[in-house]
Amino acid sequence: MKAVRYYGKEDIRVENVPDPQILNPRDAIVKITATAICGSDLHIYGGYIPTMQHGDILGHEFMGEVVEVGKDNNRLKAGERVVVPFTIACGRCFYCKDELWSLCDNSNPNAWMAEKINGYSGSGLFGYSHMYGGYPGGQAEYARVPFADVGPIKVPDSLSDEQVLFLSDIFPTGYMAADNCNIRPGDTVAVWGCGPVGQFAIKSAYLLGAERVIAIDRFPERLQLAASEGKAETLNYMEVDVEDELRAKTGGQGPDACIDAVGLEAHGTTLDAWYDRVKTKMYLATDRPHALRQAISACRKGGTVSIPGVYGGFLDKFPLGAAFAKGLTLKMGQTHMHKYMPRLLERIERGEIDPSFVITHKVTLDEAPEMYKTFREKEDHCIKVMMRPN
Amino acid sequence: MPDPEAIAAITAGAVLLTIGYSVASRRRRRDDTRSALAGPRGLNIKDAIRLEKPIAEVFSYWRRLENLPDFMTHLVSVNQTTPTRSHWAAKGPGGMKVEWDAEIFNEIENKLIAWRSLPGSDIVTAGSVNFDAVRAGRSTQITVNLQYEPPAGKAGAVVAALFGRAPSQTIREDLRTLKQRMEAGEIACAGPERSRR
Repeated sequence: MKAVRYYGKEDIRVENVPDPQILNPRDAIVKITATAICGSDLHIYGGYIPTMQHGDILGHEFMGEVVEVGKDNNRLKAGERVVVPFTIACGRCFYCKDELWSLCDNSNPNAWMAEKINGYSGSGLFGYSHMYGGYPGGQAEYARVPFADVGPIKVPDSLSDEQVLFLSDIFPTGYMAADNCNIRPGDTVAVWGCGPVGQFAIKSAYLLGAERVIAIDRFPERLQLAASEGKAETLNYMEVDVEDELRAKTGGQGPDACIDAVGLEAHGTTLDAWYDRVKTKMYLATDRPHALRQAISACRKGGTVSIPGVYGGFLDKFPLGAAFAKGLTLKMGQTHMHKYMPRLLERIERGEIDPSFVITHKVTLDEAPEMYKTFREKEDHCIKVMMRPN
Repeated sequence: MPDPEAIAAITAGAVLLTIGYSVASRRRRRDDTRSALAGPRGLNIKDAIRLEKPIAEVFSYWRRLENLPDFMTHLVSVNQTTPTRSHWAAKGPGGMKVEWDAEIFNEIENKLIAWRSLPGSDIVTAGSVNFDAVRAGRSTQITVNLQYEPPAGKAGAVVAALFGRAPSQTIREDLRTLKQRMEAGEIACAGPERSRR
């Protein structure tokens, strides 16, 4: 089959590889009808994610048709149409039972690697380095889905691929980011980053009862989408002082919750942002947490800072003092996909949201190498790339 | 940051050196596991893990000793010969098989199983596993103790071959395999090669 493979920083190739096979009793094989490039794939593309190996198949946002199931998989049948969550979870360990699905104990065969770095390991992930299991990803014609009796969600034929594909990651990720803000009626939520996750965080904040959402980015087309689709007030950080504006817009109090939908490769115009760039370029730091610093500084006393953006290592100049002084709550982590997918499918079916609004580019798998570059450089007003295997 | 694997390897090395020096003086009492394994001698591994399974299920799985090679990678087979006696085989150096007979000398249902090798074995070994209900009975914690000494005159290579260069990591992965088997019903793997440390 055809698959998108990693060969080092900024080196992505489409190659033929053997088709995946059923390896475990609860597995399924899915013939992929639609897949996408995620902002977090760009961290891999940029060489920021450790334990990637040459030849690894990328991609963790995918859906398709079940073509084969393992002998203990009683939930899926060949021919069913499913969306696959990017986190792999067994459904039976302490964490899965507590709805902390992305922290599953039993799905990462390389848990020892993550344990060395983080103390304990989270769940396995599709196409996202060997530290997270080394599972082949979904930017391919077929994928093997482990624990497919608890992961994939069946979707009705009345909904298009475009409408349901993003149940695989970015919609639940944006939604959990908003859910983590414990939004109360009347709240103001500020969102850093108007990429796909930021767009879904904006919409989700309103779905969960926020009165106002303020969106921060530097790309006009992304701010425009946040305003037109998301109904957010927007701030371009190249043009205004974000903290001053947020203070003014909230009567000097600050937003009730701040969402960092940027993650480890933040850009900024302030001194600390340039300091981060220099340090990471010199390999003296792993992450550039400028957006997170600003979110912590801007948040009102007693507020919540929610972090769906991915961080990978050690943060420099992290303002824990400000977070402490203001009694902030910090919430973060990979999305507990299995918890959110059913309720979000219901919201799509009820017409409360149509996730296809983020798609700007539809291409075939063969165009993946160019599209990684286009997406990373935000060329051609690129916000979200959907790919079809053929 | 110190590499845990290197520390484990150094520790194991030190243990084996100690064994090498003391083998001769110990020969006359090596048939007695209590004496042979007392104190700091031998390879001594301890680890614990929690499972979301009822204590009785975990106990009975472990008590059926034939199950042990399914997750303890150093074992080739265990066969129960009488209610308390069993024959064990492990992977020794260079494809050699190391064999011994063992007896369960202490058993408390749903609480404890303890075993030791019998006189005349290739190897002097003892082990125990404790079963505890934790988190208000929701989870079961098992705590495993394993001790191994090489046969006299065969130096440390036998025990080293059993557990590799990082014994604590080996037992960690063994217990993780047990947990996956009992909780998830299968062992997670990313590809057909089923890599395991």
